[in-house]
Amino acid sequence: MLKRRIGDLFIRVPLLGWLIGILIAVTLEHLLGDLLVDVLGLSKIPVLFGFVIMLKKPLLMPGVILYVLLIYIIPISVVARLSAWPANRLAARLLDFPIWFSVVIHLGLFYAALHMWSGISAYRVLTLKLTLIAIMVTLSLNVVNGYMGEFSCSHPGFMALGAYAASVVTVVLFVNDRLFGPALLAPAFGPFIFPVALITGGMVAALGALAIAIPSFRTRGDYLAIVSLAFMFIIKSMIENLEVVGGPRGLSSQPDYASLPIVFLWTIACIWMTNNFVQSILGKALNAVRDDEMAANAMTVNTRRTKIVAFLFAAFWAGVAGGLFAHVIRYVNPATFGLQKLAEVLAMVYFGGLNSVYGSIVGAVSLSLLGEALRPLEIFKWIIIPLLLIIVMIYRPTGLVAFKELNVRNLVKPKQ
Amino acid sequence: MCYFVSWCLCGEGKKCIMALLEVKKMSHEFGGLRAVNSYNLEIEAGQIRGLIGPNGAGKTTIFNLITGIYKPTEGDIILDGKEITGLQPHKIAAFGIGRTFQNLQLWRHMTVVEHVKLARYSRISYGLIGAFFGTPKRQKQEAEIEEMAHNLLKMIGIDHLSDQVVTNLPYGDQRRVEMARALSMEPKILLLDEPTAGMNPEELIQMMEIIRRIHKELGMAIFLIEHRLKVVMDLCHMIQTLNFGHVIAEGTPEEIQNNPKVIDAYLGRESVV
Ligand SMILES: Nc1ncnc2c1ncn2[C@@H]1O[C@H](COP(=O)(O)OP(=O)(O)OP(=O)(O)O)[C@@H](O)[C@H]1O
Ligand SMILES: [Mg+2]
Repeated sequence: MLKRRIGDLFIRVPLLGWLIGILIAVTLEHLLGDLLVDVLGLSKIPVLFGFVIMLKKPLLMPGVILYVLLIYIIPISVVARLSAWPANRLAARLLDFPIWFSVVIHLGLFYAALHMWSGISAYRVLTLKLTLIAIMVTLSLNVVNGYMGEFSCSHPGFMALGAYAASVVTVVLFVNDRLFGPALLAPAFGPFIFPVALITGGMVAALGALAIAIPSFRTRGDYLAIVSLAFMFIIKSMIENLEVVGGPRGLSSQPDYASLPIVFLWTIACIWMTNNFVQSILGKALNAVRDDEMAANAMTVNTRRTKIVAFLFAAFWAGVAGGLFAHVIRYVNPATFGLQKLAEVLAMVYFGGLNSVYGSIVGAVSLSLLGEALRPLEIFKWIIIPLLLIIVMIYRPTGLVAFKELNVRNLVKPKQ
Repeated sequence: MCYFVSWCLCGEGKKCIMALLEVKKMSHEFGGLRAVNSYNLEIEAGQIRGLIGPNGAGKTTIFNLITGIYKPTEGDIILDGKEITGLQPHKIAAFGIGRTFQNLQLWRHMTVVEHVKLARYSRISYGLIGAFFGTPKRQKQEAEIEEMAHNLLKMIGIDHLSDQVVTNLPYGDQRRVEMARALSMEPKILLLDEPTAGMNPEELIQMMEIIRRIHKELGMAIFLIEHRLKVVMDLCHMIQTLNFGHVIAEGTPEEIQNNPKVIDAYLGRESVV
């Protein structure tokens, strides 16, 4: 009942209204955050909506809750509700132009909010970047495991290929490095070559994906899962034995090119392209291969091409994400891309929802943030998260937001 | 020269017809079991042809051989003058053989209209660039396909269900989706594997009406497996009877009905519906 009432209150708020609300909330935090922290007796601004503080020092709980209410919840809901009418008018006006214009405006506002929010601390920036990268990895794995219904375990391998390939390009070209010698190009070219490095990483990963795509013509299900798992281990031990890139010690001193706007742009590109792909008829062919391959063949669908494209596409984006990851952390080692990474990515895909762009975003964001928020619980974190996963799997076997299409026009349209 | 006249003289001076689909001495073995034995078939454009026979006679196997799901142990399959034996199934389909399945094989997470659109796969020319970047060419092509899909669904009478996920539909409607999907490929010949199986009498009559309309409006050749004799007798110009992988009789409905071999192998054991 109460939920209905609250829902009715906000039903007419368009996305634009929410974004304005969020933007104002983070501005408030910038201006008044420190003051409020003093008043409430907290030691510093709660970095992740207070979860970490509450778990570490339960006594501060009332102060933290008050902070979150005053800085985020109340300003966002009040501004969103009050701005609903003008925001709707504006959203409607924006749709007079081509759709991309409205999308760019929305993304611009969203980025501004993220930028302000993360401006508070370096920890927020790092968490945000890693979350965005997690979205790319999850979404790309969803293409194979969700949209095409194979169970592929090779994603950490693709990430590793991308991370190393991109790192080698930037380190060779722009860093005076112990392993690779002096820089070959002036540092000023760096930011322009960085996309090339990432795409190279993606391409190398895609090339590696052929090793899974070709067996997938004949095997499905468990067998393919094992082939792909083997692939992941092969990549890992191959890198461990490759002394040119540092072997098990890893590769460091990547230049600092992966700034927040860069990571954000690549994530948007990944979401946009994946969403385009899965809604096209060529993309629906993935669903047909999953649901009934024989029928797909009988209806003229070239299933081999479909499988190759899906695997290579997914691997490409995993590779790009890997490249970004290496440049965010500015260090990679083969141990990063092992079973733990695999478990993490699979959990994000299946928790968020199969066959759904929304699902991957929800899965990646919620599990990334949860992982950070529950960090103070140490070992219990690894009990709570799997437990949560099990509960979701019982009540929603395909994940939280499965089989839902992301319709951009519906998202940005006015709600009146 | 023969391509231009349907009736012409063959090699030895006999009168013959350019068949649309021709199967010559096709055999297939599963392990030791010879499921299809030296099977011959000629279907002309615009003909409705029936295939009957008791359970396990090899009827579905013949469809699977023609559509390339299995490769025949021996024999040739020729569609419209082109040898298609041993090609990949999606190529054979794109050359013009559409089919439905005996046990519905729909894509269970997809909507009705998505089924019909996907069967246009081989005609899509926007390529991966279009798929990844949503080019204007893709928008245009997909809009055309969308329109065509709705027209087809109207003809089959299920356009009001176009946005439903197929698993939510009653059985009879699912059969119609299979039909619409196969037609969406614009095949030269349509293979229907027991299109009325499991239907109630009302659905049965509607399905027969649809088959008649497809034949009349699209002039499509149809090759039909059926268990209900009334359906085959009513619809088909020519009927083959299969038993243990052998054709034991071939002829018009009247001839088949009165053939003692058929009565023995088939009608004798099952009541005529
Ligand atoms: N994939 C297969 N592997 C081995 N044997 C098979 C296979 N498919 C069919 N058979 C066998 O081939 C024979 C013919 O089967 P088919 O399915 O063609 O019969 P049918 O005439 O379609 O029968 P029904 O009326 O029951 O559909 C049967 O004995 C069946 O057991
Ligand atoms: Mg059969």
